[in-house]
Formats: sequence, structure tokens, C-alpha cells
Amino acid sequence: MLPKIALRNILRNRRRSVMTILAIAVGGVAIVLFGEFVAFIIAGLETNAVQKVGHLTVFRTGYFDYGSGNPGAFGIDRYRDVIRMIEEDPELKPKIDVVTPTISLSGIAGNFDIDASKTFLGTGVEPSAYERMKRWDEHRVSSRRILPDSGLADGDETRGIVGVGLARVLGLCGPLKLRDCPPRPATAPAKPSAPAPALVNLADLEPAAEPRSNSPRLDLLAATAAGAPNVVSLFVSRAEPQAAREFDDNLVVMNFALAQKLLYGRGEQKATGIVVQLHRTEDLRPARARLSSLFKQHGLDLEVRDFTEREPFYKQAVGMFTAILFFIALVMGVIVVFTVVNTMSMTVMERTSEIGTVRALGSRRAGVRALFVIEGAALGIIGATLGILAGQALALLFNHSGAMWSPPGQAAPTPLQVMTSDAGKLLFVAWLSLVAIAALASLVPANRAARLQIVDALRHV
Amino acid sequence: MTEAVVRLMNVEKVYAEDGLRVAAVRDVSFDVQPRRFSMIVGPSGSGKTTLLNLIGCIDVPSAGSVEVCGQPIAELSDDALADFRSRNVGFVFQNFNLLPVLTAFENVEYPLLLLEEPAARRRQRVMEVLEAVGLADKKDHRPNQLSGGQKQRVAIGRALVKAPQIVLADEPTANLDTRTGAEIIGLMREIQERSAVSFVFSTHDSQLMSHADETFVIRDGRLAAHRGKEAP
Repeated sequence: MLPKIALRNILRNRRRSVMTILAIAVGGVAIVLFGEFVAFIIAGLETNAVQKVGHLTVFRTGYFDYGSGNPGAFGIDRYRDVIRMIEEDPELKPKIDVVTPTISLSGIAGNFDIDASKTFLGTGVEPSAYERMKRWDEHRVSSRRILPDSGLADGDETRGIVGVGLARVLGLCGPLKLRDCPPRPATAPAKPSAPAPALVNLADLEPAAEPRSNSPRLDLLAATAAGAPNVVSLFVSRAEPQAAREFDDNLVVMNFALAQKLLYGRGEQKATGIVVQLHRTEDLRPARARLSSLFKQHGLDLEVRDFTEREPFYKQAVGMFTAILFFIALVMGVIVVFTVVNTMSMTVMERTSEIGTVRALGSRRAGVRALFVIEGAALGIIGATLGILAGQALALLFNHSGAMWSPPGQAAPTPLQVMTSDAGKLLFVAWLSLVAIAALASLVPANRAARLQIVDALRHV
Repeated sequence: MTEAVVRLMNVEKVYAEDGLRVAAVRDVSFDVQPRRFSMIVGPSGSGKTTLLNLIGCIDVPSAGSVEVCGQPIAELSDDALADFRSRNVGFVFQNFNLLPVLTAFENVEYPLLLLEEPAARRRQRVMEVLEAVGLADKKDHRPNQLSGGQKQRVAIGRALVKAPQIVLADEPTANLDTRTGAEIIGLMREIQERSAVSFVFSTHDSQLMSHADETFVIRDGRLAAHRGKEAP
């Protein structure tokens, strides 16, 4: 009977009820839309990070903290055996999508045709694994993104990719047909400098690289693990824009074999890391635990880091967007609280005589309290349901609007969307929160109603 | 002599508001015998409603004691009082006080819901009562679709549906025209004779006194006179 009375009372003062329901619904729409937008951002950030560095990376212990200063010294010995061990582990096997070695290194890239050089941050990848990793899209956020051909190939170790900034500095705008490449400002003419004698000698050691049609060539100089300078030639297939300026100006992606040659020369060939990409991010914890346990079991001096450690921007951005969502939800919650308290207070005042009547007939105070809380909760249920449905409808419309943007951590424009799929948890939490807030807010006037003296209530006009 | 359904002993009720003390009831003692049609009469402001509130267990005396159906009211907690009222006391109000969102049927059914009666029994009992008050055909009407007399009949049905020991009616004819008021009093009297329930109602209309088995005259909060017919 109480729900029936509550619902009929809601219909009794329709205008006020509609305004209250609308306030709750608007709160629901705001939370759903922004929540799904944040979910899309987070999924996008995760997808970018996982496509770039996988879920987990195996390093030699100490590399993560100290290895960037001397990557050659922190190489993983017999990395192929480690990869095989990971791939063949029955617990890991069903969880793993890609396992591939990688090399991180730094050095100087030079385009001696125009007498330009620049420090670079290099990554050596296996092209087929690199391509496969780029296609990871568990959350289906990049399904509409067209992935350009990287131009890398397993069988051609001389090909590579550079950041647009690096290409610009090294004068590759023309050969790579780059847009947004302003002309180089005029500088004082520098004397053509001859390569240092040692470098000349080193270059002579390299087999003469065959010219690739339309592919500009860079010479990469780095110190080997033994400390000796080394040079290799790289034919740049394309320039890829990077979100962060420092990466854009420094990135060189090359074939793993070429990176090995550059870093280890003729010495023992190692990898500085082994990247593990999983099918699903939810397997990250067990996979990491299993890897650590495997390495301990086999006495290997290796450690595992996940993508949130390798890409700290991910954590920062997730934290920031979550905080904004929380703040918006808080504001909406406060608005709902005030609206419901106001509505229910007016209702209690108008129905004081009825409260006296039902108490005289034998209702306990708790019964009166329950009546008004149910009424508040019913307003919450109607408002939250309308808000969630309207929010989802708007989200679907928005997703079909064709808007584009460049999300944080990504340089290339991508469709601006909100994440309507897998949003069940968000919708449920938003719905439940709004209903709970409405019910709790109505508790204040409900308590006031329950505390009324019967004779005073009956006298109320 | 049978045990009184209501027993007031030296009851006083003082209201203190804004530092002003107003004695609404002063040292009133009387018994209401069961199965009687009793009236509390007196001019406006004489304390009739306060006395009914005390008998109906919706107010507590400042001094003295009130026993209803043999139960000293002061001994009951707030929840126990509510339960006591729901079982033993029916109310008919001057302004009908029907719940506007419920139909006539649902208004009459409400006290049985508080007693957690099963649905089938509720339905049967409500229809019996609506028949008794002559409103079976208006059972689906809401209060705003009923006349004043019909509303009061629904209120009488609501008071009687749980077969209480006592029904209290506070000036039940005050908002009705003379003819309808007489009909309502006649109906209450008829039901009281049939159902063996005790009726206590207040009025300032001395013409209604002829209907009463017992009359308590209240003046300035005191019992000024008590007249009664012989119990049948």
C-alpha cells in the first residue's frame, strides 16, 4: 500500500513532481554523458599505452631505474629462451596476444646530405609484432581509426619510422611529403663539416646500404654496450606524429635487428626488454604475478613493469578525469539533495493533517517515515531512470555526430565519442546513487513528519 | 456492573505555549460503559476535543490517568500506543480526514492493512462495511468525487472496519447540513446497536443529545453534568 500511496502522491502535485524528476534526470544525463566520456578517454589512453608498450615489460632488474643511462649494460641474456618460456607457459599462454623483444637506446641521428644532426630516442621492434600490437583494441575505441602502413618489414632491417619533429629538424619534410612543415629559418652558413675520422671509418665498416626508392636516409650513431661508437644507416619509411613534443622531436623506431647491431655491434645480441601484450587488461595482475613467479623459479634476474609504470601520463590523466567526474557527480548530487529536500518538505507541510490522520489510525512513526522515504525514492527512481535513458540516447546521438578530436596522449585526430558499450556498471552506479541520494535526502523531511505530534498535526489547516 | 471501556480519573490537560498555561481539561473523572452511545457536549472551546484526544490515546494527560479497554495508557510506549489504537480505537473526524489519493474502498481498507490482515479477508470485510454504510457502489470513487455525507460515511466505515472496541467521533456532523447530519447520526446509532461497539462523540449541538445513551456535559474543561439512560 505504501508504494501505491507514494506514487499517487507524486501524481497529486504534478508540476512540482515533474520539476523534481527533471532535476534528478538532468543530474543523471550529466553523470552518464560525462562518465561515458571519461570512460572513453580512459579506454583510449589505455589502448594507446598498450598498443605502444604492451601490458607488461620484462626488464633486467635495475634497468627501469638506471638502464636509460646505459641500456647496453642492462640487456637480457638469452632473451629468446625467456620469450619461449613465457609463450609456452600453460597459465600465460591463453592470456597472451604478443610477446616480443625490444631495445631502447639513444644516440645521434644525422642527415649528412644537409649537414643536420639531432639526438634521438630509439626503439627497436620486430615489425610484425609491432603491427600486431598496434591493432590491440579491447575496448573498441580505435576501431574507426585508420592505421597507416608503418613501412617496416621483418625482412628489411634498414627501414624505420621517425617522429615528425625529428623529420622536420633533419630536413625530411620534402622527401617524406610532410604537411605543416614550415620552411627552415635562414641561419648563418655553416662550413660543410667533414665527418670525424673515426666515424668515417665506422661508416666504412657498414655494408653499403642500397638506396630505397624515395626513402631518405639517416645515419644513426650510438655507443655500443662496450662503449665504442657505432653507426648504422636507416631508411625512413614515414614520419609519425607523436603527442608529446619531446617524443615527436626525438623518436626513431627501427627494426629490432638494426637496433641490436647499433647497440651491441658484433658482441652478444641481447634485448633491453621483452614486451608482453595480453588479450585483456583484466589479466594484467595474474599475468604479472605469474611472470614474477616464473623468473624466481628459474633464478632469472628479471623484473616486470606494467604500462601504467612505463607511461605515467596514463595514471595522471586517469586521476584527473576521475576527479573531474567525481566533482561533477558531487555537484549533481548536491543539486538533487536540495531539490528533493525542498520538494519533500513542502509535501510534508501540505500533508500534515494526513500525517495526523494515519498516526491516529494506528500508523507507527516508522510507517510515516517510510511513506515519505518511499516517495523520495520513487521520485529518484523515475528521475534516475529517465536520466539514464536520456543520457544513453544523447550519447548514441553524439557518437553518430562525426565529431573529431585529438585526445590526450594521442597526436592523430580520432572520432570524439562517449563509451556507450561496457557502460553497464557506470549506468547502474549512477542510477543507484541518484535513487539513494533522493531517498536519503527525503529522510530529513520524513523524520520531521514522523516526529509530529498527532493532535498538532490534526489541527493543522 | 461491566468493566468500563473508558475510565478517566482526575484527568487534567494543560497546554503551555509562549509561557502561557491554558488548562483545557480540569480534574475530569468519568467512565464510559461498553456498548453505549455516549456524547460529550459543550460549547466551543470547552475541552470536548481534548477529552476525545485523551480517550483516543493520541494525547497524554498532564495529570490523572486514562484507561481504555482496561489498559492504562501511560504504560504504553509510542509504538505500543500506535498498535493499541490500530486494534481498539476507531476515529471519525469533523473534516472527514480521508486520504485523498485513496479510493473509498482503499480508505476503508487502510486500517486492516495496518493490522496486516490477509487480502481476501480485507476485501470481504471492506465490502461488508461499505454495504453497511450504503456506499458499495461508490467504492472506486476518490474523496473528491464524494459529497460531504458520503465522505463521512466512508470515514465511519474506516472507523468500524477493524471492529474496534470504541469509536470516537469529533463533531462528525459539524460540516454537514442538518438533514445529512441527522442521517449520519442515525447511521452511527444503527451500527452501534448492531455491532455492540461503544461510540463516543462530541458535539455542541444540544438537539443531538436525544440520541445518546449517556451524555457528559463539559464546561470550561470541567465535567458539569452527567446524564445517562439505563443500560439495556
